[in-house]
Amino acid sequence: MSSSAIVDRSSQSEFWDGARLSIPVIVASGPFALLFGALAVGNGFSVFEAFLMSAAIFGGASQMVGIELFGQQVAPWLIVLSIFAVNFRHVLYSAAIGRHLAHWTRARQAIAYFILTDPQYAIAESKVESGRKVSFIFYMGAAAPVYVLWISLSAVGAYLGLMIPDTHALGIDFLLPIYFFGLVMGFRKRPLWLPVVAASAAASIVAYKVVGSPWHVSIGALAGVLFAALMPLSGKEKQQP
Amino acid sequence: MTTTLWIILAGAVATYLTRIGGHLVISRFESIHPRVEAGLNAVPAAVLTTLVAPALLDAGPAEWAAILVAGLVALRGGLMSMFLAGAAVLVFARQFLA
Repeated sequence: MSSSAIVDRSSQSEFWDGARLSIPVIVASGPFALLFGALAVGNGFSVFEAFLMSAAIFGGASQMVGIELFGQQVAPWLIVLSIFAVNFRHVLYSAAIGRHLAHWTRARQAIAYFILTDPQYAIAESKVESGRKVSFIFYMGAAAPVYVLWISLSAVGAYLGLMIPDTHALGIDFLLPIYFFGLVMGFRKRPLWLPVVAASAAASIVAYKVVGSPWHVSIGALAGVLFAALMPLSGKEKQQP
Repeated sequence: MTTTLWIILAGAVATYLTRIGGHLVISRFESIHPRVEAGLNAVPAAVLTTLVAPALLDAGPAEWAAILVAGLVALRGGLMSMFLAGAAVLVFARQFLA
């Protein structure tokens, strides 16, 4: 339970402290929620399914990967595995932030981990860095507006997607590769980024030609990860959230 | 239940496991082996690359131009600006090259 009586701030202002920090996250992610909804419908999802995926997974990149592979008729278990792989980075956030949430009740911790997205981790971590405790109210203030907007805009995007007449002229079929490429570029400051990308690209292309469609994802990804793990360690491996 | 619903629910469980799993599992270890950490660090870029490279191979000049411009914009701007730039080039180029 949050014992906010000790501090002079009310829990209401704690909530708004968090909500204020959610605004840039909403501005940045809102358009992608719309895009996700529209593309999900284009790949064979219903409006409800697009909404449900946003509500249940709440992880933009993995949802995009999911609908892309769904559109390619990839086997369901492989879609789930790919969602798992894209979201695997959360393991690091969870390990890092866990001890700062450990003073909450178990139920509150269980809720907190459900909404531990990239920006949510960054917000919580910077609160810790500023030397203050992360309260449940503050954490929810930062997460709740993003969650509500994410699921609502996904549904809106899905409705809009139903109305798009000529998807090819609008480039809908190639928007996801551009989006994924943008995410790849976003990781470019990480150690070994270029060789990892080159290894995955080469392996996935070969696998795509030789083995066939669904497998190029797992084979290509594995090639990049193994490459990174087997390279000589530089000694200053920095993990970036 | 439909296959789509199963995919969504299983994907949600898998995602939740990654979000709670680090706290439940990884935090019990004193430290992560540097090679494991290097491998984990590479996971997102490695997975996402496989969704771009073969798609580019099968694409044409319009898509290549879009990716090129988007990549250049990504060097300076954020995800949204690179995405919009790439999408604009794609739509424009397809009017002539498709």
